[in-house]
Amino acid sequence: MSMSDNQGPLWEVFVQKKSGQPYVHCGNVHAFDKEMALQNARDVYTRRNEGMSLWVVPSEAIVASSPEDIGSFFEPANDKIFRHPTFYQIPDGVGHM
Amino acid sequence: MSTIDFEAIFEAKLANNEFIEPKDWMPENYRKHLIRQVSQHAHSEIVGMLPEGNWISRAPSLRAKLVLLAKVQDEGGHGLYLYTAAESLGVSRDEMLEALHTGKAKYSSIFNYPTLTWADIGAIGWLVDGAAIMNQVMLQRSSYGPYSRAMVRICKEESFHQRQGYEIMTRMAFGTPDQKEMAQDALNRWWYPSLMMFGPPDAESPNSENALKWRIKRESNDHLRQRFVDQTVVQAEYLNISIPDKNLKWNESKKGYDFSPPNWEEFKNVVKGNGICNKERLEARNKAHNEGAWVREAAAAYAKKQNQLSTAA
Ligand SMILES: [Fe+2]
Ligand SMILES: [Fe+2]
Repeated sequence: MSMSDNQGPLWEVFVQKKSGQPYVHCGNVHAFDKEMALQNARDVYTRRNEGMSLWVVPSEAIVASSPEDIGSFFEPANDKIFRHPTFYQIPDGVGHM
Repeated sequence: MSTIDFEAIFEAKLANNEFIEPKDWMPENYRKHLIRQVSQHAHSEIVGMLPEGNWISRAPSLRAKLVLLAKVQDEGGHGLYLYTAAESLGVSRDEMLEALHTGKAKYSSIFNYPTLTWADIGAIGWLVDGAAIMNQVMLQRSSYGPYSRAMVRICKEESFHQRQGYEIMTRMAFGTPDQKEMAQDALNRWWYPSLMMFGPPDAESPNSENALKWRIKRESNDHLRQRFVDQTVVQAEYLNISIPDKNLKWNESKKGYDFSPPNWEEFKNVVKGNGICNKERLEARNKAHNEGAWVREAAAAYAKKQNQLSTAA
């Protein structure tokens, strides 16, 4: 962000479509404070009832994995097929499991 | 120690129809191309509010006014989605606005034409949003993730824009003889500028080759233009008004219409800044920005004070 930026800091917007569902990232807004961020997010991302609940988070508070580490970072999950139900054999005739 | 071949990873992602995300490595020219395209697209949404805004206070009914307000508000939203997509490439909102306000950045030349009658509002929704949709549907599969996601949102919202425009056209075209004449006149004036929206012919489009190679765009200008004409002819026929082109004719061999190209000299001239409304549009944007300066300053001062209070407490 350049020094001359006078649009306010960036916020990440998350929307919950319906009660019980997860919050999904939908975009960003600029705002000077929490309240303004929430109002801007409502105006920009929920003009058609796209959600019934909103989260706004300062973008600088987001910690992200870096794309270069994609291999090594997620590697521990690669060889653990026993974490999936299809790894196990269940005899016929015992019903759904 | 092995070095990572970033370029090979980038190329492989493109080849696999995967998306490029903000933190991914990308060639500098890819980034530059996108910053230019996405910011121009954002500017077009914002400046595009002006020709229609001209009719909000004079809409012929309360229903028409509500619809037009909602439509223009959507365009403002589209501008905001796109500005943040461009920001994710490392350019600031202020830099982009500065480029727009000083005339350095371009926006779609269509918005430099005036809206003379209410029928123009119909023609804009029908033709201008129609052409924009055609382009944006393609861009939903653009290789840059934030741009593609903005397009998916925008396309969902756009379909009402075109439909409300066509509804105005049907009212005018099937109204009094004067109204029908206004509908025809609007089509006459907006037809060729709408064809220009797809950009110069492929053979003369300097940016197209890279855009297609990088999958920023998925179809060529001429291809989209042809599809737009083919789709629009039947809609004009229904309205019983005629497209202002003597050469418009069905071509069985290509299963599409032959049509006259727009005047590309005029196009270049408008892009250069010499269209009917270029000056007015830039002035309006500058005025709005400058007159809003105190609001931004006040909001920043208030936020600062709240921060001090909360850290002091
Ligand atoms: Fe739009
Ligand atoms: Fe639109």
